[in-house]
Amino acid sequence: MTRQMTGAKMVVQALKDQGVDTVFGYPGGAVLPIYDEIFQQNDIRHILVRHEQGAVHAAEGYARSTGKVGVALVTSGPGATNAVTGLTDALLDSIPLVVLTGQVPTFMIGSDAFQEADTVGITRPCTKHNWLAKETDTLSETLHQAFHVARSGRPGPVLIDIPKDVQFASGTYTAPEKSDTSIYEPETKGDITAINELVEALEKAERPVFYTGGGVINSGPKASKLLRELVDATGIPITSTLMGLGAYPASGENWLGMLGMHGLYEANMAMHDCDLMINIGARFDDRITGLISAFSPGSTKVHIDIDPSSINKVIKADIPIVGDVESVLTDILKVWKARGRAVNREAIAKWQEQISDWRKVECLKYTQEGKTIKPQYALARLEALTKEHDRYITTEVGQHQMWAAQYLGFEDPNRWMTSGGLGTMGYGTPASIGVQVAHPDSLVINVAGEASWLMNMQEMGTAVQFRLPVKQFILNNERLGMVRQWQELLHGERYSHSWSEALPDFVKLAEAFGAKGIICSDPDDLDEAIMEMINYDGPVIFDCLVEKHENCFPMIPSGKPHNEMLLGEASTQGAIEAGGAVLV
Amino acid sequence: MAALKIKKGSTSHSAYNLRPNFSDEIETHTLAVLVDNEPGVLARVIGLFSGRGYNIESLTVAEVDHTGKLSRITIVTTGTPQVIEQIKAQLGRIVPVHDVHDLTVEGPAVERELALFKVTGSGDKRVEALRLADIFRANAVDSTLESFVFELTGAPEKIDAFAELMRPLGLVEVARTGVAALSRGAE
Repeated sequence: MTRQMTGAKMVVQALKDQGVDTVFGYPGGAVLPIYDEIFQQNDIRHILVRHEQGAVHAAEGYARSTGKVGVALVTSGPGATNAVTGLTDALLDSIPLVVLTGQVPTFMIGSDAFQEADTVGITRPCTKHNWLAKETDTLSETLHQAFHVARSGRPGPVLIDIPKDVQFASGTYTAPEKSDTSIYEPETKGDITAINELVEALEKAERPVFYTGGGVINSGPKASKLLRELVDATGIPITSTLMGLGAYPASGENWLGMLGMHGLYEANMAMHDCDLMINIGARFDDRITGLISAFSPGSTKVHIDIDPSSINKVIKADIPIVGDVESVLTDILKVWKARGRAVNREAIAKWQEQISDWRKVECLKYTQEGKTIKPQYALARLEALTKEHDRYITTEVGQHQMWAAQYLGFEDPNRWMTSGGLGTMGYGTPASIGVQVAHPDSLVINVAGEASWLMNMQEMGTAVQFRLPVKQFILNNERLGMVRQWQELLHGERYSHSWSEALPDFVKLAEAFGAKGIICSDPDDLDEAIMEMINYDGPVIFDCLVEKHENCFPMIPSGKPHNEMLLGEASTQGAIEAGGAVLV
Repeated sequence: MAALKIKKGSTSHSAYNLRPNFSDEIETHTLAVLVDNEPGVLARVIGLFSGRGYNIESLTVAEVDHTGKLSRITIVTTGTPQVIEQIKAQLGRIVPVHDVHDLTVEGPAVERELALFKVTGSGDKRVEALRLADIFRANAVDSTLESFVFELTGAPEKIDAFAELMRPLGLVEVARTGVAALSRGAE
């Protein structure tokens, strides 16, 4: 069935047909026709943000916590350029987004018109794909293709730039099922020969480890289920990247904790000493590998990834498998079971013993004493008091983010939203709003540092307007903590511009927004204050004053291998050599 | 505290240098990339090369299938085997890219380039330029009393050689199309 309608109506119709229920956006001149259509319907909820960057991060939070495609709608020029950080963030973390931008009318493109920017040009390197919709007749098909590209293969953000005259003009609407999606059909099934090879290696391995990443979560809840089945049936220890937390439960007996620069001692040591590394949906990021020439020197490396360009990009894969995690895990389990469910139990038991010895180091140990709250203690209490809740956590970027990854436990996928690849300060507040919109009855907490939090604090207005009871849990050390830590370790303790003077009174700030403010500086009051935050029916800004000079450990210094971690009480003198200092 | 003992202006400490080299040999590869002829597709390909720090030695592009709206981009690039593999994988994931062929590894291929040379001069030099053009089977496509424009088609090395010979004979300008390449045989 073909239908005639305006381009603006097509946008709304296509969103409905794609199952979209929420759009995060901000109106402006070049998208007014679309906003007019949004006004005249009730199927799609529009959440008005306070800044376009907030719209994209909110859509990311929505997408990451639901597994659906997130949608943002912004105007031309500054609306589009403000969306760039969010697009880049989503690209690096493989979050499926469709971002719609208005554009000046086609006949004015190139004339430096008011609020004109070359949006498609600017966003080409920070989207998976983008389109300039020049004709109303093909607009609906482009919209459907955009959703297809965003969610297929390795997910990512896409953008459609829609000139205003295309929104006003009428054309023929094409339904999703009539749209040509053959333009993009990535391979999802892994090569069965390589899978057989992997199973053979797995049967013989003496010191195997699973190293999993965000790809498991992107693949869907079934992938996490299959992963749990495989890990528990084989008894092989498992670690995960920052992006993959929750795919395997933190309470699981084979769980090693997060790996990487601020990963757990036992996880990094297991990665270094293993003889078989099975990478599932992770990409050997530089935060994970440390010094590449000394990265897990004795292991056979299996790399399962849906994106062929991830394979051999950083680390040479001995057994590369290109495919979707769910499909590949299904095949691995099938082959492994058919071959008799064999693993080298004796050797793995010894390996587990070795790992228990590493655990005894207690790398996350800290001492809470005196009248100052240690950030680790704040997170440990937050964990204890919220873990029984239906809980979602977002974070900003920095020390607090790493502590949150270390001290909070995630039992399920899609419960942990953080900016991993791009490291975007200001991500957490809007992301928490996106998560809360998708899960109105759940407890959504943004673990923040005061510096990151200030970067998108305007979104508190969104939280109050839409009655989203997000909890902003700010570990306030009046410092840019991670910058300060690096300056201490690398730059002769010259703390160049890494402290915040003139911070706002967060309680008054909360009240100014119409939210609740809580301040806590005494460890003895912390539990009560956290309970007050949880029990308050509405958005809260929690100003948790913590130790100002705490460093985040363990830490693999830049340019060092996994087995040369700095631990909490260890001396940090000369920890990073000149070669490592230039790395970030 | 370790002092920063890095020479001023040094760039040799880039994180990229920490990568293992599967082989240090720099190879030259000719890639044929079949793409949808849509706006921006060339920018996507070129942006990939500049954004990720890959080299382009030569690049040609034109629509080769008007009904199917397909264009063929021929790129000559250099890099270690690992980098070449990355380039191909990265090209392959661009949505409007249909196919990436590495003509250097997929068997023998023919490579041709067209070039125009403007050579000015008089007397012996002019006669010598014309004589060498004849040997190289270059055509004079424009001539005045003080100048020639020669047209030459051939492998890039042949074009280079001709340019070297023309330089002392009054070469003032060269225009090259870049390489077009096809695999040999019926496939």
